[in-house]
Amino acid sequence: MTAFTTAAETHGFLSPTGVEIAFLLVGLVTFGAALVTVTTRQLVHAALWLVVTLGGLAVEYLLLTAEFIAWVQVLIYVGSVVVLLLFGLMLTRAPIGRSPDADSGNRWAALTVAVAAAAALVWVVVDAFRTTWIDLDGPAAGSTEATGASLFQNWVLPFEALSVLLLAALVGAIVLSRKAKADASTPSGADTRPDTEGTR
Amino acid sequence: MHLAYPAVLSALLFCTGLYGVLARRNAILVLMSVELMLNAVNLNLVAFDVWLSRTAEETLHSGQALTLFTIAIAAAEIGIGLAIVLAVHRNRGTADIDKLRDTAERHDPDGTDHDALTAEQSGEAQKAEATA
Repeated sequence: MTAFTTAAETHGFLSPTGVEIAFLLVGLVTFGAALVTVTTRQLVHAALWLVVTLGGLAVEYLLLTAEFIAWVQVLIYVGSVVVLLLFGLMLTRAPIGRSPDADSGNRWAALTVAVAAAAALVWVVVDAFRTTWIDLDGPAAGSTEATGASLFQNWVLPFEALSVLLLAALVGAIVLSRKAKADASTPSGADTRPDTEGTR
Repeated sequence: MHLAYPAVLSALLFCTGLYGVLARRNAILVLMSVELMLNAVNLNLVAFDVWLSRTAEETLHSGQALTLFTIAIAAAEIGIGLAIVLAVHRNRGTADIDKLRDTAERHDPDGTDHDALTAEQSGEAQKAEATA
């Protein structure tokens, strides 16, 4: 408790540090890109603005001294998830230009719900953590060494269970993709190559 | 750094994703919005882990470990979700969520016996039954 009060005494609202200013600017870019992602009518542009959002979040992780999470974010989200989403848009024959029906009819109800939730959450969070400061000095809290040590000392069993989950997701995605293809190719391929189907 | 900055940014990103999930029609755009919500949760986890790793004695770095787990589960979720969307698109020819209303409740009195039809088709079927 004494740490909190001393931190509150030494910091001020009206004298932001350089890290705070950088966090604020990157956060504005991230939030704006997220808004464009959920409101643009061009589907491919939504995926590309999502890259800006996820990259901005990686920069925020770096500013919070969580280096390993930042690089994992860049590798997995920006590297693979967005590529998967672009492939999905391509395979579902998304229109290239503006699609007028990107938003459904209940967007005003959705906007009301989202704005109400944002107001409630921001009010509660600001009121709760008004006098709390993160101490970013000293060694990085999320360096690869610290993260790896805690992950393989305390979180080994969840880590291994996660690999099983990833394997299950991989097999599930393959099965979901394969079944429809087999059904689609059955009328044309069943009469030409019945033996290869049996031996497979 | 003030803790309110990452917490407020995370709340705003979460509500942006919430709006996207509620307002978008294309299933892939809905998946993008779900990713936004998961990223907001990740930012919260990282910020509170960095805060608690300095103020608390022993935290096991649980926030960052849970962030890694969330990222991996989100990757699995996006793979399965896209496979499902592609299967639906292959069978139905659309990835439009508003048109996939097979399990929706309808308010017509005798609409219980053709569940597999869409709303418009059931309306046409009712007209056909009424004229027959």
